[in-house]
Amino acid sequence: MAVEQSPESYLAAYPAIASALPGADLPWLQQLRQDGLKTFEAHGFPNLRDEEWRYTNLAVLNKTQFTPTDNQEIDTDWLDAYRLENAWSVVLVNGRFSSTLSRLTGLPGEVSVQSMRAALDGNSTDLQARLGHAVTNDEHSLVAFNSAWFADGVVIEVAANYRMAKPLQILHVVTYANALAATRNVVVINESAEAEIIENYIGSAASYFSAAVNECFLEANAGLTLYKAQIEADKACHFGGTYVKQARDSRLMHHNFAFGAILARTDIRSDLHVASECSVNGLYLGANRQHIDNHTRINHLMPRGISREFYKGVLDNRARGVFQGRVIVAEDAQQTDSEMSNRNLLLSADAEVDTKPQLEIYADDVKCSHGVTVGQLEEKSVFYLQSRGVDEASARNILTFAFANEMVDKVENAELKALLFKQLLARFPAISL
Amino acid sequence: MLSIKNLHVSINDKPILKGLTLDINPGEVHAIMGPNGAGKSTLSHVLSGKAGYTVTEGSVTYQGKDLLELAPEIRAREGVFLAFQYPVEIPGVSNIYLLKAALNAMRKHHGLPEVDAMDFLTIVKSKVKLLQMDEKFLYRAVNEGFSGGEKKRNEILQAAVLEPKLCILDETDSGLDIDALRIVAEGVNSLRAAERSFLMITHYQRLLDYVIPDVVHVLAEGRIVKSGGPELALELEEKGYSWLEGQAA
Repeated sequence: MAVEQSPESYLAAYPAIASALPGADLPWLQQLRQDGLKTFEAHGFPNLRDEEWRYTNLAVLNKTQFTPTDNQEIDTDWLDAYRLENAWSVVLVNGRFSSTLSRLTGLPGEVSVQSMRAALDGNSTDLQARLGHAVTNDEHSLVAFNSAWFADGVVIEVAANYRMAKPLQILHVVTYANALAATRNVVVINESAEAEIIENYIGSAASYFSAAVNECFLEANAGLTLYKAQIEADKACHFGGTYVKQARDSRLMHHNFAFGAILARTDIRSDLHVASECSVNGLYLGANRQHIDNHTRINHLMPRGISREFYKGVLDNRARGVFQGRVIVAEDAQQTDSEMSNRNLLLSADAEVDTKPQLEIYADDVKCSHGVTVGQLEEKSVFYLQSRGVDEASARNILTFAFANEMVDKVENAELKALLFKQLLARFPAISL
Repeated sequence: MLSIKNLHVSINDKPILKGLTLDINPGEVHAIMGPNGAGKSTLSHVLSGKAGYTVTEGSVTYQGKDLLELAPEIRAREGVFLAFQYPVEIPGVSNIYLLKAALNAMRKHHGLPEVDAMDFLTIVKSKVKLLQMDEKFLYRAVNEGFSGGEKKRNEILQAAVLEPKLCILDETDSGLDIDALRIVAEGVNSLRAAERSFLMITHYQRLLDYVIPDVVHVLAEGRIVKSGGPELALELEEKGYSWLEGQAA
């Protein structure tokens, strides 16, 4: 089925919004935006002919004209249900930084958190060296689209040797119907510094498009734990790309929870320098007609890197999950140690998962493994629970819950863990604990 | 308590049980012994409601009800407990969760409120002590990474918490060393009660030194070919099963 990918409506609307975008007076940013616009003009949204997108049809983005908005209306009680108490927080409403909702009081001087707009309005020399450097517009046309359209975002920098006492939560919230929330976020963790950042994607509008690009820089020996909890509204479209540059001895721990949206795509890419470590975990839950795509790419560029990847998926009804995990071990990346695993549980005959682990190894002294499973619940386990008095439907829920909860269990932040746990229980209601 | 009459069971059209008849009264302990392939495990599976077995003839009455008509979970809630020969590992589900879910399912079935959290812990911990288990077992995933002996003890722990009326032990003694066997047997003996019956399926006479049965049956070629007192087990130990084959009960 050929679907016309016509970006015309977005391109036609662009001139009207361009002048209001931040950084209009910065030639280097204008170049990045123009370049992004050109790429998007040439390719439209990625389509099925693109190998990296062969399982994910973005035609829906052309069917609805998603539009940027300044609207900041929000139900704060609803928002607060997702807010972590023991964290600093940044709130982006419809893709725009909200200083009234963000809670940054008492942030130590070693940690700088500002809106992308403010960062671009100030002395942006440092930002120029970062923005567009962890990922370029060539990555794919959604990144290019983001470069042209992003209206705000957050810029975070942690000073060398500083360890953040509390995590920073970034709440990406969409409240306005058919809004386009395009943000670009830059995170810099300086040498030997450590930080924990939690991204939540939520929405109260019925339909919208949330498109966020994160560029993360881990300097030598830095550590970043990054959680992503995508719990978008049922009919939302979501794109979130996180692109990481890991300097030597740095450590990235990423957890990706993809629960919401009708169409969701997450990209995680990390480039590993000497002896750096990267661990990426993921859990995608799809039901009804959800389509959830997860794309990871780990580039071992230099020797002695370690990567661990563990993704699980649970697909019910007519949902479709995609896992494409690429590990590339460059010629110089000797003694790389890499493991990748993707396990899927299909709960219905109509559910589908496309899983594609890819190992590309150009070095000769490496230890790499990958494994994939797609299966159903084990009947002997269902019977075991039944034989203990649990009815069949609850038995299936308990087992599914247990399968998924293994990933939630890996979350070290207790507040976030509780929030995710609640989400899981709502999906697989079993007898309460 | 349990009355099995002329039970015929097939798996994929292959007859396994061929006219098994057995009556167990409240409080009695019956042992079923027999050679491999006699149909011992089939009997335990059919009684607990496992799928894949076709009853072609006969009946099973449990406390006046047609047991074969009941879903596996209803049988469990009505007091039928199967200690599995090969207990299933359930990653991600803790022992304590399963025990509580099982106990509450049973209580709900009998119109009782959910068990109080503190009372529950007290009950469970006393049973854990009885089976000489570490309390840490409660918080580990069901049977995951347990040794053979730990798995079997865990089955008896579940029985101790759920307090069934009919307890079917499917080769609970197989694969246990003498120390583990003693602990499991002590657990079983502690569960013996006037209103609780046991059906112990075993391949080895040794178990019956520790749990003294009221009746011993020999199951061969899908039928009970001989029944007697505990002394029958000793006779079997001495002579093997071959002298009984071809005999009818």
